[in-house]
Amino acid sequence: MPGELKPKKTVLNPLQMRRIVRRMAGELVERNGGADDLILIGIRTRGVPLAERLGEELKVLEGREVPIGTLDITLYRDDLSTIAPQPVLKETTLPGPIDDQLLVLCDDVLYTGRTVRAALNELLDYGRPRAVQLAVLVDRGGRELPIEANFIGKTVTAELGELVEVRFESTDGEDRVMMMEVDDSDD
Amino acid sequence: MTSDPWTRKDLLGIAELSTKEIELVLDTAESFREVSERPIKKVPTLRGKTVVNLFFEPSTRTRSSFEIAEKRLSADGLNFSSSGSAISKGETLLDTALNLQAMAPHLIVVRHSHPGVPHMLAERLEAGVINAGDGAHEHPTQALLDAFTIRQHKGRIEGLKISIIGDIEKSRVVRSNIHLLSKMGAEVTLAGPRTMMPAAVEKMGVSVAYDLDEAISGADVIMMLRVQLERHSRMAFPSAKEYFNLFGLTRDRLKKAKRDVIIMHPGPMNRGVEIASDVADGRDSVILEQVFNGVAVRMAVLYLLSGASQGEA
Repeated sequence: MPGELKPKKTVLNPLQMRRIVRRMAGELVERNGGADDLILIGIRTRGVPLAERLGEELKVLEGREVPIGTLDITLYRDDLSTIAPQPVLKETTLPGPIDDQLLVLCDDVLYTGRTVRAALNELLDYGRPRAVQLAVLVDRGGRELPIEANFIGKTVTAELGELVEVRFESTDGEDRVMMMEVDDSDD
Repeated sequence: MTSDPWTRKDLLGIAELSTKEIELVLDTAESFREVSERPIKKVPTLRGKTVVNLFFEPSTRTRSSFEIAEKRLSADGLNFSSSGSAISKGETLLDTALNLQAMAPHLIVVRHSHPGVPHMLAERLEAGVINAGDGAHEHPTQALLDAFTIRQHKGRIEGLKISIIGDIEKSRVVRSNIHLLSKMGAEVTLAGPRTMMPAAVEKMGVSVAYDLDEAISGADVIMMLRVQLERHSRMAFPSAKEYFNLFGLTRDRLKKAKRDVIIMHPGPMNRGVEIASDVADGRDSVILEQVFNGVAVRMAVLYLLSGASQGEA
């Protein structure tokens, strides 16, 4: 079927993915001088397992649990009036007040930057964090807004029509990052 | 994640909804309930959309609930009630509607004393139409918020024993609730005076009792209805006191129900007619929660419909 996506290549295998998340957690601690007052916020859907994995690594490094929240940015999307029907809405759950906390937004792929824009708007409706940082597993380029990540797992160059698919063991049965492309073969 | 998307332009009644559609509204409302608990209870989702609240019948609760829901979604709400408008100057319903349509609203919330008015508007207007009560026909958002409240307390609707007591015949709330609760697999028992029981109501798949104690025995949920004095052309019962003696819910009679029963009422209540004050304010009562949940359910409906009506607008 034309338009369907097919795998092009593996960007990260399970071992590479684990090492990268570990490195990102290290960078997070280094940059912030620890993990105090830190809240990991996963953007639904694949930002949530990334936040959880970073949380596990931070526990190993710092010996304490870091609170994790989940954010559903649907209500803040800038393209709701162009897509029909409405996307399915899931809950936003934050572990507590975010005033004066250091928030680390987590998402699997950074592309146009529009998701992060929506996430920032939503977070600021909950309070006034001390700072917000951004951690992404893959930065694929193609920004449409002036937004950059503070912690990047892997930078790749993806063409238009290509899709970076991130799989996590907890949600998809395996850790892997795949580059997918549109299948335009004739059959 | 695999639930089907909402595709209806209008919400006219529960009768035509599938269980999947009902579940989609309830699940969506679950997420909107959280918005009502935030420090800033407002999301930008319906920015730039206009919703007209067209109320041809008085309403405080439903209209304010829709209004709050619209505000929390950042929609612009416009209130239009029959008194003080052109309707009292002789304009026909369709003319009023066409005039409103010319102002290009995205959604119209309508309440009217005649059944079928929302359907007529839905057929003729581009805007999505939400039925906020049409005569004694349907009141879908009330049934949805009732179901939402039941699900929150009991975790499910299927298999529950639900008793609905009172003025069955004149109640659009009951009609919508019967459709919804039986679709979702609850066991519904209706009870009330014979003069308030519509003929052949059993055909809707419910049991009927004419005795309150029998009806609430073993109930998981008791839904009390307001005696709608204004809708009965002649008195269907001798006096409010006699009604209370026969069908009023008191703490004593409540002992027949399950220990963890919840008491519901769509409001406004006639204390001392269909429900005793200590029951209405008691620990089993979820009446005010229904009001709180009503906002989340209406936000969900506005959200879902505004997406579906985009395609053709």
